[in-house]
Amino acid sequence: MPEADRYPAKLSKLLRRITAAATRAERIQTLIDISRRYREVPQRIATRPYTKDHEVPGCESGVYVYTEDRDDGTLEFHFAVENPHGISAKALAVILADTMSGTPLAQVAALSSDIVYDLFGQELSMGKSMGLQAMVQMVARAAQRAAGAVTADGVG
Amino acid sequence: MTDIAARGYTDPSVLVSTSWMADNLANPGVRIVESNEDPLLYPSSHIPGAAEVDWTRDLNQPIVRDYLEKEGFEALMGRIGVTPETTVVFYGDKNNWWATYAFWIFQLFGHSNAKIMDGGRLKWELEGRPMTDELPSFEPTGYLAPKRNDSRVRAFRDRVIDHMMADGKLVDVRSPEEFSGKRLHMPDYPNEGALRGGHIPGAVSVPWARAINPEDGTFKPADELRQIYLQEQGLKADEEVITYCRIGERSSHTWFMLTYLLGFSKVRNYDGSWTEWGNLVGAPIEK
Repeated sequence: MPEADRYPAKLSKLLRRITAAATRAERIQTLIDISRRYREVPQRIATRPYTKDHEVPGCESGVYVYTEDRDDGTLEFHFAVENPHGISAKALAVILADTMSGTPLAQVAALSSDIVYDLFGQELSMGKSMGLQAMVQMVARAAQRAAGAVTADGVG
Repeated sequence: MTDIAARGYTDPSVLVSTSWMADNLANPGVRIVESNEDPLLYPSSHIPGAAEVDWTRDLNQPIVRDYLEKEGFEALMGRIGVTPETTVVFYGDKNNWWATYAFWIFQLFGHSNAKIMDGGRLKWELEGRPMTDELPSFEPTGYLAPKRNDSRVRAFRDRVIDHMMADGKLVDVRSPEEFSGKRLHMPDYPNEGALRGGHIPGAVSVPWARAINPEDGTFKPADELRQIYLQEQGLKADEEVITYCRIGERSSHTWFMLTYLLGFSKVRNYDGSWTEWGNLVGAPIEK
């Protein structure tokens, strides 16, 4: 199975676009362009100070994840990235919000954190890769919880 | 924050201020180098004329866990247009973690004509100074480096074991949760790249961030640093000290501060750090 097809359709499509870049510099520029579309969580959902139960554990960019129920039973994802230098976290927040919002919960719940390496490549520091993977894991857990698979507090 | 020269450091010349940097953007004898954790940060914007030195791609070997060798360092210096006479000024994100890490690796090759921009990228941006996404080009140089010399500032596992057995001073600069081993067992936290949590027996816990002013990332004055590291922790400037964290990046910040700002003469950074010690079969651990 091609790498991009391991993920939900919208994410696969975006991943194919990013990995189609001819050079590393082009891929990075695409991710930077995506990061510039970052908008923090709307005030109707959450305001500062964001609470610990929404904080992505182990992510040094100060990322918070919020969800909103949609009429079709799926989730809308919102993010706050508090570190102004967290460009990668902002890019991933945009990607996850764009591609996981409205996606069937079972698919989001099964999202693999390998997506971090597929998007950003292998050249990430340990701290950076762990933080970004933790964002993915928190999104997946939110979907698991919404689907009734887990009951732990933390997102919602 | 007071002027660098008035802070009482042993070697204040190793730090430059943001205003000094602004005055030297066009200085041909200065090469500004940005080193970050986030690989998207430099391409998105940087100080005009700054080169990027990426920790993963430029300073590490891709297969063996080790730093680049003499030939790789020479190629890197040639690519960013540096000669042995060039003053290299590092800055970066994360309050200069990665800048001090790159600075430390440059010392393995004896490039002592190196400085850190106090406050790093954070302070430069807070002051509204110019940034650009334009990539600079440099006239390649033919840099001849000596063979890498790890002995002076780098500690390997066997030295750390001997040091620990001799009750030598070890400074663990990670968070208290990492020091205690608690974080490795906290639900939902990624594992720390280690099978065991805790710290090297006898190490003192001094999180790296205690050395800086959090509002702008600048180093605290020498008297405040001495209060923390000498009075509070009992370190002595003429004793051997080994610093460590998870992979050696945060501890390079403390290594830099102890060596240059407080004048410690025998500080080594253990870059194997917890990702080595916490996985090492039979290694003693305290919690």
